[in-house]
Amino acid sequence: MANVLEVRNLKAYYLMNYFGVQREVRAVDDITMSIGRNEVYGIAGESSSGKTSFIKVLAAAIRPPLRVVGGSATYDFGGGIEVDVTAARDEDIEAIRWRHLSYIMQGSMSVLNPLRRVGKIFEDFASRPLGLSGPAFRQVVVDHLGRLKLPPSVLNAYPHELSGGMRQRVTIGLATVCKPQFIIADEPTTALDVVVQKDVLSLIKSLQVEMGSSIVFVTHDMSVHANIADRIGIIYAGRLVEEGPTRQMFTAPRHPYTAHLVASLPRIGDMARRPALEGRPPSLAAPPQGCRFHPRCPLAVEKCKTEVPPLATIGPGHRTACWRADDVRPLVGAEAAVHA
Amino acid sequence: MSMLLEVRDVSKVFHTGGLLAPQAVHAVSHVDFAISADKPEIFTIIGESGSGKTTLARMILGLEQPSSGTIAFDGKSLAQASGGERLKFMAAVQPVFQNPFEAFNPLKKVDRYLESTARRFLGLKHKAAMATAMDEALQKVGLSLAEVQGRFSHELSGGQLQRVAIARALIPNPRLLIADEPVSMVDASLRMAIVNLLRSLRDDFGVSVIYITHDLATAYYISDRLIIMQKGKVVETGPARVVLDAPEHAYSRLLRSAVLDTADAGDGNLRTDPELAALAARVASQTGRLEARADGRSVRVY
Repeated sequence: MANVLEVRNLKAYYLMNYFGVQREVRAVDDITMSIGRNEVYGIAGESSSGKTSFIKVLAAAIRPPLRVVGGSATYDFGGGIEVDVTAARDEDIEAIRWRHLSYIMQGSMSVLNPLRRVGKIFEDFASRPLGLSGPAFRQVVVDHLGRLKLPPSVLNAYPHELSGGMRQRVTIGLATVCKPQFIIADEPTTALDVVVQKDVLSLIKSLQVEMGSSIVFVTHDMSVHANIADRIGIIYAGRLVEEGPTRQMFTAPRHPYTAHLVASLPRIGDMARRPALEGRPPSLAAPPQGCRFHPRCPLAVEKCKTEVPPLATIGPGHRTACWRADDVRPLVGAEAAVHA
Repeated sequence: MSMLLEVRDVSKVFHTGGLLAPQAVHAVSHVDFAISADKPEIFTIIGESGSGKTTLARMILGLEQPSSGTIAFDGKSLAQASGGERLKFMAAVQPVFQNPFEAFNPLKKVDRYLESTARRFLGLKHKAAMATAMDEALQKVGLSLAEVQGRFSHELSGGQLQRVAIARALIPNPRLLIADEPVSMVDASLRMAIVNLLRSLRDDFGVSVIYITHDLATAYYISDRLIIMQKGKVVETGPARVVLDAPEHAYSRLLRSAVLDTADAGDGNLRTDPELAALAARVASQTGRLEARADGRSVRVY
């Protein structure tokens, strides 16, 4: 099966020049990965790990000071539509935006224009890419809202008149009304209440299954990934440190950072003390030498301080960048095994 | 047994809409609980947005007056407290807010905020005495004055800054911390550091904590007792693990079922029970009454 997105050695830096002082922030540093058709790929990482910069490149929203300094990110939407967003002209991007490549944003209140009714916002977004207008366009939108379990009456409402969950569903509606093949979802459920969050997640999942799209799902909440992603990629300090099938990432993580992320999740019915990771994510302007995780890593040895571990394949679909991958044990699973 | 905090039959009604279309919003209705002075505990208030949990916290902090009912701290009612008593109360009950980046002034160094707390509540005048008080509080949260002195809030990570915010709250040696969603803005890897810290405050320093959250998993992990609020009403209350292991009220069960589990990672199990959601929505508008159960919990029945 062909991949819809191929990322090769992508490097995107923030290059700044203040009063003659050059500053370089390596937000995305040599990431290679691919996303298949019909797949939900979860990206996890903490704030300032570079995950937002990475998806900015994927969304073809590369604006200075962010610059791609190397590598490529190529979409293949079939039918001869092949676009490398790092080198594409604005017209090419314009041609694929919304129809092929779409984006669900985080804060529904700042996405929706507060002065326009929802129906008008749909026209602003989707009328041109769909090439429809008038009653035909309205019918498409109403049908699509039905899928999202929203009544047609929301089209006459202003954004502030809707509840948070409904607003987020409208935002998802906007991003999916053109039936895109590739959707980037940036923390779409982080601001929602628990019950609404689960609703919205199952909605995104069912839309994805129905439309056969691929989704890049970005959140720092591993329990969301556990329930929606097919594969998970962990980003730490601008690098992809581990990637694998969702279940394996939870049961047999092979990077100490992943092991920690999984172990620190509290669970109802389990009172075992959860470990906390000390320290803070490194500054991307001056990342540590060698493995960037070594100052916080419990397994770090001398080699980790000087040599960068490659992202090596260690099993089917499972890659990790750790010199001591063989010694990584699931932190909580092991304890659980002792008690059992 | 003396009580540290007594919340008795407290309600809060907000009036909106002016003269022509008056509307009353019952943000909190008839909430009743007490925290003992002898045994420090973590008492959790669980609810979604609009459940009244933040309004309840603001009333306990004295930022909002209850419409009816009384809140008493150390046996003294807050409503009748004099100025001096109020200051004492403010020192003994300290808040920790959701977003540490909003709690700190970005243009001032973080130790300025700690210093003003030390000066105001401990009445300290000398730099050296203030520094000792600040360092002591920072040590409790695993930091030191040397680490944060002279730093601005943007120079610290979210997790560190939230720990500084907790240290600030600890300076007046409070007996009760009110933590309103203290981890919801903090990254996953640092979240447990804060949660474990609240736990150690209770175990090692004897500080009681009112932990306000919508996250059932961390509530299960640290709390002793909890109340679950729906639209201003307490629907279920009792020992944390008794309630969360087997919630009884429809709304508690709904919340419990919405917790994303990692045990079946990769299975994509996202179904919710529509009947349960409908039942929870239906009872939200009914009054009912709390009924005690044999296992120590109370459940609202209709």
